[in-house]
Amino acid sequence: MRTRTWAPYALIAPTLLLMAVFLVYPIASVGWFSLRQHTVTQPWKNGFIGFENFRRMLFDDPLFWQSLVFSAKWVVAEVGLQLVLGLILALIVNETFIGRAVARALVFSPWAVSGVLTTGIWILLYNPSTGVFQQLAQWGIGDPGTSVLGDPATVFPATVVTELWRGVPFFAILLLADLQTIPGDLYEAASVDGAGRWRRFISVTLPHLRDAIVLSTLLRAVWEFNNVDLIYTLTGGGPANQTTTLPLYVARKAVDSHDFGYGSALTMAGFVILLFFSILYLRLSKFGSRA
Amino acid sequence: MTQTLTRAETPVSPPPTAPPRRKKHRDPSRFVRLHLPLVLYLLFTLIPFYWMLVFALRPAGETALVPWPITFEHFDTVWNGIGFGLFFQNSLIIALGTLVTVTVFALMGGYALARFKFRGQRVFLLALLCTQFIPGAMMLIPLFVIFKTAGLLNSLTGLVVADTAFQLPLALILMSGFVRNVPVELEEAAMVDGCSRLRAFFAVTLPQLRPALVAVGSFAFIGAWNNFLFALMFASKQDKFTLPVGLSYALGEFNTDFGALAAGGVVAAVPVVLVFAVVQRFLVQGLSAGAVKG
Repeated sequence: MRTRTWAPYALIAPTLLLMAVFLVYPIASVGWFSLRQHTVTQPWKNGFIGFENFRRMLFDDPLFWQSLVFSAKWVVAEVGLQLVLGLILALIVNETFIGRAVARALVFSPWAVSGVLTTGIWILLYNPSTGVFQQLAQWGIGDPGTSVLGDPATVFPATVVTELWRGVPFFAILLLADLQTIPGDLYEAASVDGAGRWRRFISVTLPHLRDAIVLSTLLRAVWEFNNVDLIYTLTGGGPANQTTTLPLYVARKAVDSHDFGYGSALTMAGFVILLFFSILYLRLSKFGSRA
Repeated sequence: MTQTLTRAETPVSPPPTAPPRRKKHRDPSRFVRLHLPLVLYLLFTLIPFYWMLVFALRPAGETALVPWPITFEHFDTVWNGIGFGLFFQNSLIIALGTLVTVTVFALMGGYALARFKFRGQRVFLLALLCTQFIPGAMMLIPLFVIFKTAGLLNSLTGLVVADTAFQLPLALILMSGFVRNVPVELEEAAMVDGCSRLRAFFAVTLPQLRPALVAVGSFAFIGAWNNFLFALMFASKQDKFTLPVGLSYALGEFNTDFGALAAGGVVAAVPVVLVFAVVQRFLVQGLSAGAVKG
């Protein structure tokens, strides 16, 4: 139905309006603030300073680099583990077995839980007096230890596991949906040719899932990079800034120290890094080339 | 289209690694391959939920793993004492409002993308995708200024608008995939029979989109119900708190009152987990019918 009417424009008008006001304008405004000295508590110093914020960020701010390194570590650990576990989970619940519908609903359910609530639940599990490690220690398994979230040696794995609990179902759902589109005769043909289970997985399942894997890892990487709710409420970026991601650092600069100019410069850095990484990733993975 | 009508329990293709049917029950590797990992994963998923439930129902100071008799004192504390009754009501209003606006706008825009060719279509699609890179957390400062100027601070309407703006792009892309799966020929046939495009849409296409509406609407509901940062920043008066904001204060203030924290968690979790348990199969079948490929 090719048409030259106004109808499609009328249909997308509400979306365009909302995007312009709440997405495009804020980005432009952050870009403008990033070139200014703008601190709410010291308004007499406010004004245009060119690229001074960016110079400070790149050369005088070790916390920027530290938060960037932690962000990278966080994204790689989360996306990698979520993908592997999500793929295994999708393969399992794609099999035929009794109670499959219930099993699916149960294993997917943490996806509906908010970051704050996930924190609440895992604080109950990790708490040093009545948590799950204390229970295990009572049964003679392991060592009760101290607070896993307060100990620099355990805070990273503890935070990663918490987010995994909520994040694995995302991959499982997307990959399960794609698994269901694989024609059955491909497997039959592979079996006839003598391919074992592993061989069929490598040469039929994985190639078919490629685009879905590329798209879901990319979306997830961006979301995990920008994830604030969980880390903010679980560790607050501590102990000693060890779990401070770039967005968390921005939020603290902007909200706690009211340094809008510098916070905006940090935001622009994050935005550019994400955009660059995404384009590179889509190029390298040759996304969509199969179709 | 047949796929969208098939129940999710019936896979479109035979399960990829399933052995021939007659061998199924005698295959011992099935236990190691299927049942064992499934049970382990179920434990990982369910123990945290159970832990919360135990804390919520167990009298303060006890440590029994299967509490009996159970108590509802913690629910009374959070619902009436801390005000979770009101937070629940606020969250529900915001989530339902966002559900309606996101679903309607996504349906309109999704239909436009799927059924029309228009100038600027590719740019629009690209813009929708680019919004996924915009971090909500980093937009807090300019958004705060916009909200203040528009007088939307401390208003539930303001939160509906913000949630809608941030959820709409992805919902619209999803919806356009769903619309594309409804054969355009059905609509054209109705138009040949004298229906206007609008009537053809309501009479022919919309009924086919029911699973899509359920999926997109539920995800808008869950997203708005769970949104934390906007609610924290733009609704700082206690009578406008949502459940995540209430919970975040419970995390800080009642650091030792695990019973109250757990009961608040149960209140926040039950609606979305139930909604999700019902709709996840629509999502899987909708995505597998081609929405992923856009």
